[in-house]
Amino acid sequence: MIGVVGTVPDLRFPLTHGFVRLANGHIDICGLNVPVNRGTPALLAAALTASEWIKGPQIYAFLAGDIGRGDGSRLLYPFLERHLTEFDFSVLTFHYLQPDVDWHNRVLFAIQAMKKQPLLIADAGYMYAAKMSGQAKSYDFFTPDVGELAFLADEMAPHPFYTRGFILHQDNDVPDLIRCAYDHQNAARYLVVKGQPDFIADERGVIETVDHPSFEAMEAIGGTGDTLTGLLSVLCSTGFRLPDAAILAAKINRWTGYFANPTPAMQVMQLVIHVPPALTEVLNPRAGGR
Amino acid sequence: MFRFLKKGKADPGERKSATFSADLGILVFENTSDVIRAETVLKKAGWAVRVMGPPPEIRSGCDLVIEFPLIEELNILRELEQADIHPLSVVPVSAPLLVPVDLFHTKDFGEYVMVRAANMKITVSKKDYRIVNISGGGCPDVPFLAQQMVGKTLSESPKPRDLGHTLCGYALQLAYEELTQK
Repeated sequence: MIGVVGTVPDLRFPLTHGFVRLANGHIDICGLNVPVNRGTPALLAAALTASEWIKGPQIYAFLAGDIGRGDGSRLLYPFLERHLTEFDFSVLTFHYLQPDVDWHNRVLFAIQAMKKQPLLIADAGYMYAAKMSGQAKSYDFFTPDVGELAFLADEMAPHPFYTRGFILHQDNDVPDLIRCAYDHQNAARYLVVKGQPDFIADERGVIETVDHPSFEAMEAIGGTGDTLTGLLSVLCSTGFRLPDAAILAAKINRWTGYFANPTPAMQVMQLVIHVPPALTEVLNPRAGGR
Repeated sequence: MFRFLKKGKADPGERKSATFSADLGILVFENTSDVIRAETVLKKAGWAVRVMGPPPEIRSGCDLVIEFPLIEELNILRELEQADIHPLSVVPVSAPLLVPVDLFHTKDFGEYVMVRAANMKITVSKKDYRIVNISGGGCPDVPFLAQQMVGKTLSESPKPRDLGHTLCGYALQLAYEELTQK
């Protein structure tokens, strides 16, 4: 079972946890519906679509409504601290939460008390908190874009908003930023850096780059990073070596673009519907690919 | 005589020049929304304040503080009080503060243009200035802001500073301003 922790942009949405499914472009959880625009619902939509295709594990989500004031996140953090030990996850993915170092650390202690340690993926706000806490090494994957990688590489920055200019200027030198992030102990065991190309790296350096197919418009579409993290969560739970899971996730995410023929105005759900042919293309090319 | 004690607001330019030699303090708020509101009120009133990153000892995760001339503390607190904004504390600046990112990247997609500030990106149609996408970021107001802004023109759309609550929301405001100036 895969666990996903995140928020939805609706203040009325209560703290809810349960198995999720995708129906008519909405995430359904315990009878509540959330449209798939971007953020955690986009992650879940991609993960559900992929898991159904590969007959993978069920997905269990912990969600709360949060529009940036931290209300939902402040419900989730203590709930996780109290209850995580009651669950058994092969992969646990943390996503759009209000970064809070103290609460991050409490949740990490709760994870360490779980009977079986899940593989840990941190993206978005939770990755910011994980880096700032100094506990980055406790995670198996961070999934930054290039701007967020610069933030990981800057040992002084508590948020990408404060990344120092001389580091931001190194946008084109991703391997060097990766090295800085590991030198400062601010990277997880593996990094999947979303960009052109995507970089998969560990503390020894770049393992592989993925650059095909390439669509510039994907950068503008909100949620394409979330779908990659969703795909990664599923592939990590199915027995692939972790670097291979990351490489495949990056390829599949790109192939969704190929099948969707994206423009900068496209919305993420229009990409998610192309996850199945992208999976076929990458995992089972003789069945339907070129 | 005692003109320096005279009440009333100086003009903004006068106030600004008076602050450069003063020692600096920071106003700490409960959340970023209050910081954004306070910045709006104080800048509108002509105070020379800057939004900055907090020092490590009071940092919790997604923070902004307002740097201001310490000598003006009472006047500034009064201004905020009138706007019903209440800082948690006032702290003298004892070390350099983090400076928000001020680099912008622009990408031209032909029919569309995208501007990135820090980790936030906003894309509009060149034809009618309609916001077609918002991407990047990691704080929970990003999906909310996207929900409220995508599909509207730059002039119709609410401003990120009016709806945002986090550093990501603030970064989106900077990208939005950069875009509107283009």
